[in-house]
This record gives sequence, C-alpha cells and structure tokens, in this order.
Amino acid sequence: MRLLEKLGLAAAACLLVVNVAVADTTVKWLHIEVNPAQVKIWEDVARAYEASHPGVKIEMQFLENEAYKAKLPTILQSKDRPNIIYSWAGGVLKTQIEAGVLEDITDQVKGYSDSLTPAALAAFTSNGRVYGLPIALSQVGFLCNKELMVKAKVDPAAIKTWDDLLAAVKTLKAAGVTPIVVGGADKWPLHFYWTHLAVRIGGKAAFDAALRDENGGFAGETFQKSGELFKQLVELQPFQNGFLGFKNPQAVGYFGDGKAAMTLAISSAYNLQRALAADKVGLSEDKICWFDFPVVAGGKGEPTDTLGGITGWLVTKGSPKEAVDFLKYFISKDVQTRLAAGSYIIPVVQGAEAGLNNSFMKMIAANLAKSQYHQNFYDQSLGPSVGRVVNDVSAEIAGGSMSPQDAAKAIEAAFKQGN
Amino acid sequence: MAMTSPISVAGKAAPQALRGPSWDGRFTVLILFLPPALLLFTLFVVLPIGEAAWYSGFNWNGFGRPSNWIGFDNYRFVLETRAFWLALRNNGLIIVVSLAIQLPLALTLALMLAERFRGAVALRMLFFMPYILAEIATGLIFSFVYDGDYGLVASIWRTFGAEPPHLLASTDTAMLAVLIVIVWKYFGFHMMLFIAALQSLDKSLVEAARIDGATRAQALRHVVIPLLYPTIRLSVFFAIVGSLQLFDLVMPLTRGGPADSSNTMVSFLYNNGISRMRVGYGSAIGVILFVICVTFAFTYKRWFMRDE
Repeated sequence: MRLLEKLGLAAAACLLVVNVAVADTTVKWLHIEVNPAQVKIWEDVARAYEASHPGVKIEMQFLENEAYKAKLPTILQSKDRPNIIYSWAGGVLKTQIEAGVLEDITDQVKGYSDSLTPAALAAFTSNGRVYGLPIALSQVGFLCNKELMVKAKVDPAAIKTWDDLLAAVKTLKAAGVTPIVVGGADKWPLHFYWTHLAVRIGGKAAFDAALRDENGGFAGETFQKSGELFKQLVELQPFQNGFLGFKNPQAVGYFGDGKAAMTLAISSAYNLQRALAADKVGLSEDKICWFDFPVVAGGKGEPTDTLGGITGWLVTKGSPKEAVDFLKYFISKDVQTRLAAGSYIIPVVQGAEAGLNNSFMKMIAANLAKSQYHQNFYDQSLGPSVGRVVNDVSAEIAGGSMSPQDAAKAIEAAFKQGN
Repeated sequence: MAMTSPISVAGKAAPQALRGPSWDGRFTVLILFLPPALLLFTLFVVLPIGEAAWYSGFNWNGFGRPSNWIGFDNYRFVLETRAFWLALRNNGLIIVVSLAIQLPLALTLALMLAERFRGAVALRMLFFMPYILAEIATGLIFSFVYDGDYGLVASIWRTFGAEPPHLLASTDTAMLAVLIVIVWKYFGFHMMLFIAALQSLDKSLVEAARIDGATRAQALRHVVIPLLYPTIRLSVFFAIVGSLQLFDLVMPLTRGGPADSSNTMVSFLYNNGISRMRVGYGSAIGVILFVICVTFAFTYKRWFMRDE
C-alpha cells in the first residue's frame, strides 16, 4: 500500500509540475544594445514586469549588431525564434512583413498606440496594419568639440551652408587640428554624408521619385550631385589619418578623447562618446557643441529636414500575447521618461520628453519635432541589398576609388537588380 | 644492410593475411562500413552543395520559399562584379605567398630545428604557437598591432622618426598586411609537418651519401629534399585549400576593405551574399568556389599525389 501511495503522490507531483509549466509563458527578447548602463535599465524593467505579472518570464538574449543582421533571416524562420526583435524599420521590415514572419499587432495596441509619436508609429505600419512599436528617434548631425573650434577660431553656429563647412575644414587644418573623425571601416558613417547631401539637394521629392525610378532613379541628378559635393569635402582630406581602418566605436571614442574637432554622427553619440573614450569620461556637456547638417545652395530640401533613425521592436509570428503586453509596458511613458532622463533616447511616447534634462537632448527633440521630412537611414530604408551598396560607394568616394557618377550608377544598378 | 627490418617482414606477411577473405567477405565489410560515412558525406557535403546550386538560380532574400527563378543570372551578376575578381586575385596572391614564402621558410626552419640541440623543442613550440591561436583572436591582435596611432607598427615607425602608416586603411597596403599575418600564423603548422617528416627519415641514407663524398648541401639537395617530396606535396595541398577557404582572419582585420581590396572569396561571399540577404547571389559565389576547390583537389591528387 505504501508503494501505491508513493506512486500516487509522485503522479500528483508530476501533474502539479506540468500544470505550473503550462501556466508559465516565456517571452524571448533579442536585443543588440552594447551600452551596459542602458541594458541595466532594461533588465530592471523586465524584472519589474515579471514581478507584477506572475507566470511570465522575460528572457533577454544578445547578439552583436552585424551578426544580428546576418543571422536574422535564419533566426526568424526557426521554430525556436525569439518573440521580440530589434528593427530599424525601412526596407528590411518591409521584406519581413511580406515574408509573413511577423505578428500583426494592430488590434492589441489599439488605444495604446495613440500615445506614440505618429511619425514614429508610421514607420512600423504598413497598409494600415501595425507590425511593431517604435522606441526611439535620432538625428544625424555634426557633433563638435568647443575647445578645438575655439582654438582654430571657427564658430560652429556660423556653419550654415556646405561651403561654410568646407571653409571651416580648411581653417581647422591650417590651425593643425584634425577637422573630422569618421569610422570608415564600417562604411555607414560615411554614407551619412552622401545621403544627407541628397536630402538637402533634392528633399523628399527626389527620394520618392528615385523609389519610383523616375528622373533617372538613383543615378539621377540629385544623387550625382551629392557625390560631387561629398568629393569636394574628401579632396580637402578632412578625416583623421587611416580613417578607412577605423570602426565606428573607435571613431566615436576618438572624438571623446578630444582628438578631432567634428564628427558627423547619430545624436546618441553624444552619450556614447563617454563610454567609448579612452578615459571612460569623454567630453563633458559644456565641451560639446552641435550644428545641423549644412544646407546646399539651390537645394530643394528644407533646412528643417532631418536624417536619422527610427528604431523599435517587432513581434514575431506566433508569439504569445504577453510579448505585446510586455512591449507596451516597456514602451510606456514611465520607462521612456527614465531612458530620456539618462540621455539614452529621444522618446516616442508623448509626454516622456519631459524626462529630457539637458539642453542637447532637448534641442535634438525640438529639431525632430520641427522636421516635416525625417529620412530614415538609407542603408535601412532601402533594405540590405541596395542599402549596403550605398554604404560601399560612399566609402569608395571617400577613398578616392570611385567617381560620383559611377557611385550613383552602382546604386541604381543594385536597385534594379534587387527589386 | 642484410638485416631485414620488421617492416619488410610485415610487408611480406600481409598478402597471406589478405588471401583468406573472399570477395563476399569484403562486400560484407563494405555493407557494414560504408553507410555511416556515406550518410555523413551526403548530409554535410552533397545536400548543402545541391541546395546552394538550387538556390543560386533564384533571386531570393532568404525568407520563405525561393520563387523568383532567374536561371544563371546570379552567376552573370557575380562575374560582372569587380569585387569578385579582386577577391579571386587576392586568393591567388595568398596561394603564391604561401608557396613562395611560407613553405620555404617553414622548410628552412624545420631543417634547423629537426636536429636535437638545447632549446630546439622550445623554439618549435614558439613557432607553432601562432597556429594554435584562434583565427579571430589573431585578427584582433593584429588589428591592434597595425593600429596607426597606438600599435606596435606605429611605435617602430616613430623610433625611425617617420609618420606611422595606417596599413589596414589603405587599398595599397591592406592586403599586404593581411598576407604578413597569414604567413606568421601558418608557417609553424607547415614547419611541424616537415619536422615530423624529417624525424622519420631513414638517417642511414643521408649517412651513405655523406660517406660517398657528398657535401652537406648536396646531401640536402639530392637526398633529404627528395625524401620529403610526399610531405611537401601534402603541405602544398593544405596551403592551397586553406588559402581558398580563408575567411576568419580577414574579417576582424579589414572586413575585406577598404574598397574590397582585401576580400577573399569567402569574405566576399559573406559581405555580398549573407549580409545583404541575397541568398541566391551568395549561393552562386559558393558554387563557383566549390567548383574551383574540387577541380583543384582532383587535378592535384591526380597529377601530384598519384602514388599516395
């Protein structure tokens, strides 16, 4: 009898365990964030969510940026795929939607989505259906080092046009200061020049026309001219020695070490340069200045047009509803305010901008609010097959191995081949 | 020389041992032992290559099922890409450098270190060390060595009072820098092969040559080196196949840049196929590489390694 009882107990115990396992939901969250301070905040949010939602477990997984991009198609089609993944919106997102690997979360975010900045939400919306939620916005522009600018007697506030920038570079060089640092090995920091020039020269109309393959597409006048103007800058040799061998984190660190006067960077580099500087301190707030990308004489773009990122999170097909629920919790006014206060992000939840507590971040947020045309990074917006060619040719123009005309033609060829 | 060595005795005995089992017996052995190997080979070689060949006919981004059949267009695209020819040229360069610099260097060192003297073993280990290092780690280490601001190369340059170059950042020097790392990393492996061969050489042959009045150089040239031929052939084979497959050393050093000047075939495949989600295009590169490797391997085996 004893034995039977034991067996009975064991069976009951098994049942209990099974029951618990059924009630438990794990949400796998894959991210690429390398700033430990920010990851720490995310961890806290995940733990807080678990505490208030018993039976749900949030499991964080990390992949390095380049590896993530390369593995994504495979990851998304495996049975064991993560539930929440990182996204830069744009062409890659479009591909993923078409492939049917994402969850349509429109109905689950009804009501909640009204709290988000419309432009940011629009980046994750396709045909009126929502496939992801934005988390942050950013602007590309020139970060500059006040001390070095003063030393060379250059006034950053006076750099308004492309020619002003060229003049500033000459002045800085004459004063023995490295004008610009750039992470040329990663190529995309160089594509900021080429694409921002295109934004200034042709405005939104030119980009939309190129997408419809009108006016010569990406081989058209606007894009040839951006190459030509970029070449003018390159010929002044404005970059640090060996710039084609620098990876972006190295370049941002170099700026943080105070070795170059300017860097054309994503606004988040303002915070990142501290972590990447050799002394882990970098440049303090009062030593950093900023000016928007200069305008081009005769350009059709508005001076308020911006180039930058719209990043967010997607929910993969077949994920539990808890994944969306957690995302709503994560992209809430409270958490966004905390991240804004740490200068990690320009928030996308309305009201969270109240957390922005320094003049730099406030200024970027104001720029983005003013912007009527925010162009997502080309290399994301055009999808990987065309976007990487934009990066390639930007690096080739910078290295002097390709003419602006051939560069524009190469992008157009990739665009025709890849679509 | 009248004494028969045990080897020849075994050699004489061997046919008798084999006379027992009939063809049936061998067939049974075949049935028993072939399937596992065949299965593994099919699973890990034949199927993937077949798949790649199949994918290479599509314009496909890796999502869902490939559906946009474009025939041989991907191959045309590959052959029209300037970077592909650069990558091919680089692979050629790596092969040339491996054969012309690495192997002679390895052989010379092996001849010195095969002798027994104090410190020989330590030196052998020292030269073999780079081979033990993971390729990724080697690449990272050398990207610091080559750093034009803080690297070892920079400080050497500064002692001579010159402005240090950024070797990895210029299209003229990036590949050269990669080649140096390749030689540094793999010569120890070939050296070890040669040392192993030298130590198993029949010393009496060299002694006989010396007694017959050959100088050391002559003995080396006419006795030792010819006896090493099988090993040299093997070493050349490894060097060429290794060169064709080189990837993980290049990525941390240059990622194939600047301007594709230091891509190898495999890094070109990765940069242009995988990271651009052009699976069809990437597969076409893979098939081309496979054809090159297989053609080489079979030709080489047929022409140079017939007797092994």
